[in-house]
Amino acid sequence: MTTNKTAGMPTSSPALAKLHKPELLAPAGNLEKLKFAVRYGADAVYIGGQQYGLRSNADNFSLEDMREAVEFARPYGARIFVTTNIIAHNEDIAGVEEYLRGLEDAGISAIIVADPMIIETCRRAAPKLEVHLSTQQSTLNWRAVQYWKEEGADRVVLARETSFEEIAEIKSHVDIEIETFIHGAMCSSFSGRCVLSNHFTGRDSNRGGCCQSCRWKYDLYEGEQALFEEGDNPFAMGAKDLWMLEHIPELVRSGIDSFKIEGRMRSIHYVATVVNVYRQAIDAYLADPEGYQTDPRLVEEISKAANRPVNTGFYFDEPGHEDHIYTPEDKAVPYDFAGLVLDYDAETGIALIEQRNHFKPGQEIEFFGPGGLFFQQRAGELTDEEGNSLDAARHPLQKIRMKVDREVRRFDIMRKKNK
Amino acid sequence: MAKKPELVTAAGSLEEVSRLLAAGADAIAVGEERYGMRLPGNLSVSELAQAAKLAHEQGAKLYVIANALFTNDIADELPDYVRQVAEAGADALAFGDPALLPALKEAGVALPLHWHGETMSTNYETANYWGRRGAVRVFAARELNLEELLELKRSCALEVQVQVHGMTNIYHSKRPLVELYREHQGRRLSTEAYGQERGLELIEAERPDERFPVFEDANGTHIMSSDDLCYLDNLEDLMEAGIDSFYVEGLLQSISYREKVVAIYRQAIDAYAQNPVDWYRDEWLEELEEIQPDHRRLSFGFLYKQQVY
Repeated sequence: MTTNKTAGMPTSSPALAKLHKPELLAPAGNLEKLKFAVRYGADAVYIGGQQYGLRSNADNFSLEDMREAVEFARPYGARIFVTTNIIAHNEDIAGVEEYLRGLEDAGISAIIVADPMIIETCRRAAPKLEVHLSTQQSTLNWRAVQYWKEEGADRVVLARETSFEEIAEIKSHVDIEIETFIHGAMCSSFSGRCVLSNHFTGRDSNRGGCCQSCRWKYDLYEGEQALFEEGDNPFAMGAKDLWMLEHIPELVRSGIDSFKIEGRMRSIHYVATVVNVYRQAIDAYLADPEGYQTDPRLVEEISKAANRPVNTGFYFDEPGHEDHIYTPEDKAVPYDFAGLVLDYDAETGIALIEQRNHFKPGQEIEFFGPGGLFFQQRAGELTDEEGNSLDAARHPLQKIRMKVDREVRRFDIMRKKNK
Repeated sequence: MAKKPELVTAAGSLEEVSRLLAAGADAIAVGEERYGMRLPGNLSVSELAQAAKLAHEQGAKLYVIANALFTNDIADELPDYVRQVAEAGADALAFGDPALLPALKEAGVALPLHWHGETMSTNYETANYWGRRGAVRVFAARELNLEELLELKRSCALEVQVQVHGMTNIYHSKRPLVELYREHQGRRLSTEAYGQERGLELIEAERPDERFPVFEDANGTHIMSSDDLCYLDNLEDLMEAGIDSFYVEGLLQSISYREKVVAIYRQAIDAYAQNPVDWYRDEWLEELEEIQPDHRRLSFGFLYKQQVY
């Protein structure tokens, strides 16, 4: 992680009192993940419906799921956005209106949308839905942002190629909500301007079929001459993941209205961990902007959810070669979701835990929960619901009792280190 | 007789404008890297008036291509640029980034607009949307199949331009990926260039027979298809449907290759106009195959493909 970059960094503003609280926007691939994102501190969650979204492989939400999501999020004050960010073909046009009405009726707050056909349909047929222009439009400049504002967009998700300096300039020209990605995987191409999948596998990347051909291996030639030698890594386009945890002050001061975490395909463990960490970091900064320093425990915490190589994208300067992935990736996640706390008995100090992955007595485990609960311990004696002692928690969703070192609450997560 | 479709191709210099007009183009597309992407060369604003004159003398049109994605500093310049484009006598301006629309308004310039959405111009409703914002033509995405192209023409109010020949862009990044790779290898020479003239190609590990041209410029890294579209056998369908403009992509090809391709499509369009019952000549395809580089296949692109997602 490079942390000493300063170019283009917004300078500390004298009007710190005027810092406004950004929205923390989390991804969710299904209802269960959404609930965790909300419980762990997301101000808003974006999800995919069963049509018109760009993650055709995610579970995705039915209208009924969406209604439940909205109901669930309401008491938390959290809002739900739906991605409808395909670049539509003729055959996709017919159902759009009905679909958007369904979203509006389900209580969805906004659509994240790229194709102007869908924007216009939304404004006409489902005007209660906010229009958030998707990053798929690769919006880089203030005039384009101005254009979309005049077209009725409530928010623009900027291209991932914009720097802090450029964002500041855009904000100085146009008064509109700005959303940017702060964490997760990134296209190395301009979004929407890559059809490698279409060519290699006949899957339309702009309708959710992307097969990540940018992460395949290529050799570079000049005519017949190879521009590599034995032992060189192959040419690759893959970008390292975005990670802005150490730059919360710059992000807040830049006035970006919504901080977006990538990853509708990610696990509960990932979403809960990453949301929890950014929630704490943002809240800590806003509580004491002058005295704020990145908490190294949060850096360590977020590293437990993924170990992909990371960088700061285009925020400070253009990515260099060290910001790309040329060597084989270690895709192993360092920690796994081991169990979900269902209940806790303060008198006995025993927790009721729903098994999510194998664990056994003596194993190092840790608990974390919304608001910063965190402790490590060894797993003690395990018993099943009938009180039988277990040599290991082997069965998915099995309910297990175990003594814990500190108070835990329902929906705290127990994780274990992978070998 | 149905209206003849226009034959358009891009030129990278004034000399190329003349030669491609002589080869039979009805319209020439030009521009410069700062505002336009994937052009065979740069024509500065000072050359545009001359290019327009050359075209107009032949009864042809001159289109200025400003299809780049703009950064703030370029967005600032757009009103000046479009004013100069209009003053030079351009017949239309092609755009992709909507920043160009408010810039035209600010400059007080009314130019016919062509929407070059590249991968984004995939349906008739969106084309109609841009039509209501001032576009008179849509350049269809190269990834559409024949059915989709024909429906686009039937259902949209704009002129439809279709690429009928040449390579297509399949990946565009702001990142200078070749330069970065050379740095990563520790083999980058300070004098090394990665532009169109260098002739760099990528080969994907599982596809040893396909070579994907790659080049860098001010707009980033562009990777191009390993095959060249050739819709000669489908011209009849396209002309019958009333497609308004056929585009020959000459990027990364010599001027003599491009002249020959333009001349062949010229003959084909004229022959169909003269006698739609007996117009096709087998030798056209043979001539095209003769000049085709060894490792580049002529293909139907996505015309007959059903994509999934």
